[in-house]
Amino acid sequence: MSEHLPALQVVVPLFGALLAALVRRPWPAWLITVVVSIAVLVISAMLLVRVLDEGVISYHLGGWDPTIGIEYRVDIVNALILLLVSAVAAVIAPFARLSVLSEVPEDRIGWFYSMYLVALAGLLGIAITGDAFNAFVFLEVSSLSSYALIAMGRDRRALVAAYQYLIMGTIGATFYVIGVGLLYTMTGTLNLGLIADRLADVESTRSVLVALAFIFVGISLKLALFPLHYWLPNAYAYAPSVATVFLAATATKVAIYLFARFVFSVFGAGFVFADLPVTPVLVTLSVAAIFGAATVAVFQSDVKRMFAYSSVGQIGYITLGLALATVTGLTGGLVHLLNHAIIKAAIFMGLGAVFFRVGGIEFKDIAGIGRRMPITMSAIGIACLSLIGVPGTAGFVSKWYLIVASIEVGWWWLGFLIVLSSMLTVLYVGRFFECVWFREPSPEAATATEPPFEMLVPICLLAAATVYFGIDTELTAGMAQRAATALLEGLR
Amino acid sequence: MRLDVILRVVTKFILPFMMVFAIYVQFHGDYSAGGGFQAGVIAAATVILYALIYGLTAAKRIVTATMVEAMIPLGVLIYAGVGVVGWLTGSNFLDYSHLAHDQVHGQEWGVFLVEAGVFVTVSATMVAIFYAFAGRGRR
Repeated sequence: MSEHLPALQVVVPLFGALLAALVRRPWPAWLITVVVSIAVLVISAMLLVRVLDEGVISYHLGGWDPTIGIEYRVDIVNALILLLVSAVAAVIAPFARLSVLSEVPEDRIGWFYSMYLVALAGLLGIAITGDAFNAFVFLEVSSLSSYALIAMGRDRRALVAAYQYLIMGTIGATFYVIGVGLLYTMTGTLNLGLIADRLADVESTRSVLVALAFIFVGISLKLALFPLHYWLPNAYAYAPSVATVFLAATATKVAIYLFARFVFSVFGAGFVFADLPVTPVLVTLSVAAIFGAATVAVFQSDVKRMFAYSSVGQIGYITLGLALATVTGLTGGLVHLLNHAIIKAAIFMGLGAVFFRVGGIEFKDIAGIGRRMPITMSAIGIACLSLIGVPGTAGFVSKWYLIVASIEVGWWWLGFLIVLSSMLTVLYVGRFFECVWFREPSPEAATATEPPFEMLVPICLLAAATVYFGIDTELTAGMAQRAATALLEGLR
Repeated sequence: MRLDVILRVVTKFILPFMMVFAIYVQFHGDYSAGGGFQAGVIAAATVILYALIYGLTAAKRIVTATMVEAMIPLGVLIYAGVGVVGWLTGSNFLDYSHLAHDQVHGQEWGVFLVEAGVFVTVSATMVAIFYAFAGRGRR
């Protein structure tokens, strides 16, 4: 059975989604989600071990040759992304039961879990496939289900947020598929590896340049690269807590993976970064994202929105690492991708627990909540410290790599900007700390208590992970370095 | 539409022919244009036409909302299930080569079953979308 692991990785959550849609009762649907989440985690861990042992795994769907059929191709880069997505899903699953029960109308809970598992299948599919068009299909699978997930938020503004995301996401997907179409006309194949092989002959044509531009902009919309991030804050703020945790930790990260895959493996770093002025463009946008989003975050009144803007900024660090296109820079970007996923999952999950107890997530609702929910707030606090990049936490490791990478290429000012931007993070995180710990409790917060055990454990687990990956960096930085080397070698 | 005798009678006449046409498009998809998607839409159109002429309540008595909502995942289940049968016959996921005695017939059977799954999901989704829009403001 182990040779079928790549297909199982996507088929298991898909079947889970179908079963959840058929049973439609809240409790069995949740149970299916838990079983599926654990199963995909086991599968992705086995895949990673096999990749480390044997190298690249190739799986031909339907037995068709990659020249005409779909190939699932797992190397160290996407094995890592698969592990991240499925690990986040496995941690969310136990937390989800009570949170979903309190935020989603009961007759829709079955559909919620169904859509959640479809989104999981889609994201895992994007990461695992070695076929450009199949990646588009999975991009749509995950996006369409995310729109539905976001629209199920309690607030009516969730509908507008979902609609905004729908429009922007569809434009992004359309741009992507136009780019893929142009690549197909130039190379006659949709397999990423084969495109990379055949691209060398047609590299200088205008069609390939236009394809790169379309794919660049299309995926940038999906990964919320500044200034194409407009859909993200509302989507995160008004979605049900579980959907926010899942999307914040995985959706943009998988889009970044796809971006890196195209830029480094398909087009090649030499073509994109040496021949074209992509580096200055991407560095400028990344720095603008880091500073712009952090500044906007300081002035938010909704805590979820504040951390959503913070996500836009943190994505800037990741794209900054990619833009440097050196082993250290790429390692920094990938390590920050992993770390930021864990950090934001911890923060949004903690906020989900607060919402569960207080029923609101504005600053005025959660004033003084730290005295009533000390464990949850400490967990969020640790994750926030990691967000700032305090030494001893995961955030420090990734920022360290990014600073070293910018000094390596001789841009000491960029390293200085990264440090300076951490100060901005201190500002908005500080505002959150002040409100939560030092203010008099609001009426809602005064009666709140710690969330139940099954919510508290996943939150503390994620907070502990942010500290653990700040000290033992073998799984994150070590793997990211190998992935960065693999990406820079390209598929050619 | 209670008083439009012509519409009501013609609808009754045309419904079986639409259904047969849907089945024709479904099964002739192997040899000419057509297949599960087109056939599913035509089949859904019969339900929608019936609902337009005889009312949503009458249509929901025949094709219930529960049935429609069960059919949506069921079709995908058929599709993915055929893929899993590929595993059981010892080949890759969605490989239909060993479903029958030889490869060509296996592929034909595989596509036939997969198209049936597409038909179920597409027709149910079309009807569900129509029910959702037509049922607005009725609660």
